[in-house]
Amino acid sequence: MTTEHSGTGGAGGGAAAAVRVDGLTVIGRPSDVEIVSDVSLTVRRGEILGLVGESGSGKTTLGLSLLAHGKRATAITAGTITLSGEDLLGRSEAEVRRLRGRSVAYIPQSPASALNPALRLRVQLAEALHDAPAGGGGVDARVREVLREVALPDDDAFLARYPHQLSGGQQQRVAIAMAFIGRPDLIVLDEPTTGLDVTTQAHVLATIRALTRDYGTAGVYISHDMAVVADLADEIAVMYDGKVVERGPARRVLATPSHPYTAKLLRAVPLLKTTGHAEAAAPGEDALLRVRGLRAGYGKADVLRGIDVEVRRGECVALLGESGSGKTTLARSIAGLHRRFTGEVLFDGAPLAASSYKRTAEQRRRVQYIFQNPYEALNPRKSVRDLILQPYTHLAGRPDDPDAVVGEALERAALPAAYAARYPEQLSGGERQRVSIARAVATRPDLLICDEITSALDVSVQAEIVKLLRGLQDDGMALLFVTHNIALVSNIAQRVAVLNSGEIVEYGPVGTVMSRPEHDYTRALIADTPDFELSFSESPLHRTIQGAEPRTRTAGD
Amino acid sequence: MTAATADTGAPAAPAAPPARGRGLLRTAWGYGRTKAGVAIAGAVVLTAVIGPFVSPYAPTELVGIPNATDVDGTLFGTDQVGRDVFSRFLHGGYTLVLVAVTAALAGVAAGAVLGMAAGYLRGRLDDLVMRANDMLLAFPQLVLALLVMSILGPKVWLIVVLIAVSHAPRVARVAREATLRVVEQDFVKSAEAIGVPRWRIMAGEILPNITGPLLVELGLRITYSVGLIATLSFLGMGLQPPIADWGLMINENRVVLTVQPWSVALPVAAVALLTIGANLITDGLARASIGIDRGVQK
Amino acid sequence: MTRLVLKRLAYGLLTLFVVSLVVFLATQALPGDAARAILGRDATPERLEALRAQLRLDDPLVVQYGSWLAGVVTLDLGTSFANALPVSEYLAQRAVGSLTLMALAAVIATPVAVFLGAYSALRRDRAADHATSAATLVLAAIPEFAVGILLILAFSTGFLHLLPAVFAGNGQAVLEDPEQLVLPVATLVLAVSPPIIRMMRASMIEVLESEYVQQARLKGLPERTVIWRHAAPNAIGPVAQVIALQLGWLAGGVVAIEYLFGFPGIGLALMDAINTRDLPVIQAVTLLIAAVYIVVNLLADIVGLAANPKVRVSAR
Repeated sequence: MTTEHSGTGGAGGGAAAAVRVDGLTVIGRPSDVEIVSDVSLTVRRGEILGLVGESGSGKTTLGLSLLAHGKRATAITAGTITLSGEDLLGRSEAEVRRLRGRSVAYIPQSPASALNPALRLRVQLAEALHDAPAGGGGVDARVREVLREVALPDDDAFLARYPHQLSGGQQQRVAIAMAFIGRPDLIVLDEPTTGLDVTTQAHVLATIRALTRDYGTAGVYISHDMAVVADLADEIAVMYDGKVVERGPARRVLATPSHPYTAKLLRAVPLLKTTGHAEAAAPGEDALLRVRGLRAGYGKADVLRGIDVEVRRGECVALLGESGSGKTTLARSIAGLHRRFTGEVLFDGAPLAASSYKRTAEQRRRVQYIFQNPYEALNPRKSVRDLILQPYTHLAGRPDDPDAVVGEALERAALPAAYAARYPEQLSGGERQRVSIARAVATRPDLLICDEITSALDVSVQAEIVKLLRGLQDDGMALLFVTHNIALVSNIAQRVAVLNSGEIVEYGPVGTVMSRPEHDYTRALIADTPDFELSFSESPLHRTIQGAEPRTRTAGD
Repeated sequence: MTAATADTGAPAAPAAPPARGRGLLRTAWGYGRTKAGVAIAGAVVLTAVIGPFVSPYAPTELVGIPNATDVDGTLFGTDQVGRDVFSRFLHGGYTLVLVAVTAALAGVAAGAVLGMAAGYLRGRLDDLVMRANDMLLAFPQLVLALLVMSILGPKVWLIVVLIAVSHAPRVARVAREATLRVVEQDFVKSAEAIGVPRWRIMAGEILPNITGPLLVELGLRITYSVGLIATLSFLGMGLQPPIADWGLMINENRVVLTVQPWSVALPVAAVALLTIGANLITDGLARASIGIDRGVQK
Repeated sequence: MTRLVLKRLAYGLLTLFVVSLVVFLATQALPGDAARAILGRDATPERLEALRAQLRLDDPLVVQYGSWLAGVVTLDLGTSFANALPVSEYLAQRAVGSLTLMALAAVIATPVAVFLGAYSALRRDRAADHATSAATLVLAAIPEFAVGILLILAFSTGFLHLLPAVFAGNGQAVLEDPEQLVLPVATLVLAVSPPIIRMMRASMIEVLESEYVQQARLKGLPERTVIWRHAAPNAIGPVAQVIALQLGWLAGGVVAIEYLFGFPGIGLALMDAINTRDLPVIQAVTLLIAAVYIVVNLLADIVGLAANPKVRVSAR
């Protein structure tokens, strides 16, 4: 095996660019819309470029063109990509194929769908070294070596596994191993931590950072998450509508953004530690919602045990937990959508039946639920007017002035009245979520249960929705805000309940919990969350390079 | 248009909202194959409908010697008893079309209701419907029809019932799958959370979202019904002599195929064109339906 | 894995049992008198009485069904009314003939259809793909007997007298004169292939657009490896179900084809039996067809389970 670039990336001088992009333009067929327009970038060995943008900004298309790969119906029409001093575009398919895996590798967003379900790990890892001499023991040794480097077992039993036998974090580590196995000069990472919980994400990011340094590999890290990029990247390029609107050293871009869009993105990132949203004007003494000793499950397995939660009038309580913690089950039990629970649920002093169908119409009106995915929460066959009016009619009777009801609900959700005539397909994700909110607030409920309602949205939209919810709360509405995002908790809630595998491990005012967490789990959660404020001084990923400017270190120091 | 309320940063309403995607039927019509299908199937159905009014002879009238191709005053000669092939051809389509469409409609309606109820209400009902389905599916449709008609005798209403009954489980399966996809979505949960009755959720939230697959099924079932009924007639288990019917004509005249090919070729061509046309339309609908469903799911 | 297979087997047996019940009820217990249905309207009371006794129509239904089922299990299917032969003897040779016909069609159709589907997917939106698509659309629509007649019109009449239009053997050894088998087998092949081709094409396209195929390409694997190692094995899974459905369909599809070509198999036997109201033969043939259908689907299920690593190696 020839390993001309391996391990010694830093030795030739850090100034050597692993990849240089000049004036790259990619268009979509047949509309000829520019998906990426006139983009220029450089990434040096051992460094990571954070490519930040919201959905539809063209960042993934740009990432894939670094491998000379275009999705169906796209074409590169202008520009050059220079990879390790050689031109990448305009090469024959066979030549590009030889470069892939060896000069440039790709780590996909969702390893669950990017690993072949029908092939064992051994095959999938070994074939990434496709240009190695056949039958050599070198391939096997290299496979095991790289598995050790990403902290996975390297025994035969593990190599004989199929992807479905791994956890999500392990699958992503395999994908990382598969990319690094050929010691590439450049590695493109397409939101590789989406779908992982924060603890796993922290470990995966640390692995990526360490490997790019050890190998002297240049990294292009595509993400929509400013906080993650701030933690990880040496340089940041911000993409908007196919163009790189700002580009520079991470520290400079984060501290003094020059483009308004960058500034907007940065403002939208929620801060981890605050004292929480200010208490609402006059918090009522008595609890609006009181849950005591709730136990819920599916079949025989219990998902929740001994849950005690209280929401006072006009208060926002955050329910914080990672996937599988049972937070959605709790929210749905309260909403009457999950019937298999025992324990006491009192709303305004009266018990709530397990099934929404057994509750009084007044109870159903006063407790409203907003769903996570705005693309699934609205019936695509109904107009916004019907979406708001039909539930209203069902709960509160036929209104005298339907237009007034719709108009007012839309106004409370900060949407123009003209949107009543639209259908969901004519709305963006954020607008859809606003319609969901309008539908819920139309009947003037007292309690709004929000189930991860911002997780499917871009950060800037997320910030707007949070602002809207705070406004509703100031008007006296109580909120139960379910989220996995600890940073959002600080921004909206007064009190927080931390859920971990079915139990509430910590419960108290947001300021207290955030600054003096008592439970180990909460502490770990706060430590693993990329924190924007800390990024450059305290982030563990950056600590090693403090004072190492200019960043021309040799690998692995 | 009122201005957006300013301070929450809501997107200002653009001058014109983005256009709605085209509906299923219009999208389907955009495909060349749909147009071709409508033209082909339309021509055959037109022949079947106006045929009886323009035919030169009555379908049972004897006009010449049997199995001749050169009888004066006939276009395609005579059949095996000496009736005008062309007149029988013109009379022989409308029962086929009528019976096929009726059976397909009944089968799709029954299957849609069963499948939707099974997919949404789940539990015992789902088990029962799906198990019963599996049993019915163990019979090829044709064999089931033959089995029952061998005892009760060939009757038109029986054909409709048998074909509808054998379509229903197949449609139910598709309707159930489609329902499961819709039920997973939160807008159904949203209606449940405010206590909208189950039947209204089925009619108002689910049904409008599975019209695509159901329309495709209807097209498919009409295609298959035409084929099945023609096959039954061809086997002598459909309409009975002396009625003029395309399937029956094929059955009656196939022995003399080499002498008088028209009496077989005309009805075979009509049946083939009708099914091809119907299938082209179905394919157009299916393509449109897939495209639209993808659009909805983001 | 073993448990799953056993479960499917038990379920197949249950289905078979229910099918036998349906066959029995449809033939012997439908409203109306089976004896009259068999003998026709002008039968004398004495003959009706005698037939009722022979069919044991006066016994309770359960008893009738029990003795009939016992007969079926021991392959004693009764005696044919029309030719006084034991049904099993009468049908044995015909069953072999039909199975030969079906097997030939299956062996030719399956690989050809799978290959054509995969080829179509690889040539997506090019001329070959459009041609295949149009041909399958047309063939899938036309009832199989009409396909047969069109083939006869093309190859056995007019100028081309290439192949015999009607089978002229006695079914002793259908393979002896292969020329006579060409048209019936060709008809069946044309009738079963289109859905397999379309499904294989769709499945292959879906797999080719999957992220793991994209990842395999981005790893720099040669296109050959991408297609044969990464795409094809995953594409074939969903197609297996359709293949099973189609091969099962053959069992019923042979009826019209045998009738058209005069091929001495169970399908023709069924039509003869219906015309002569030969109840034991009708029962036996419909049961046999359903059994073939169930067995083929069961086999496909088991093959599908065995091929899926998620089932074969259970998750931890």
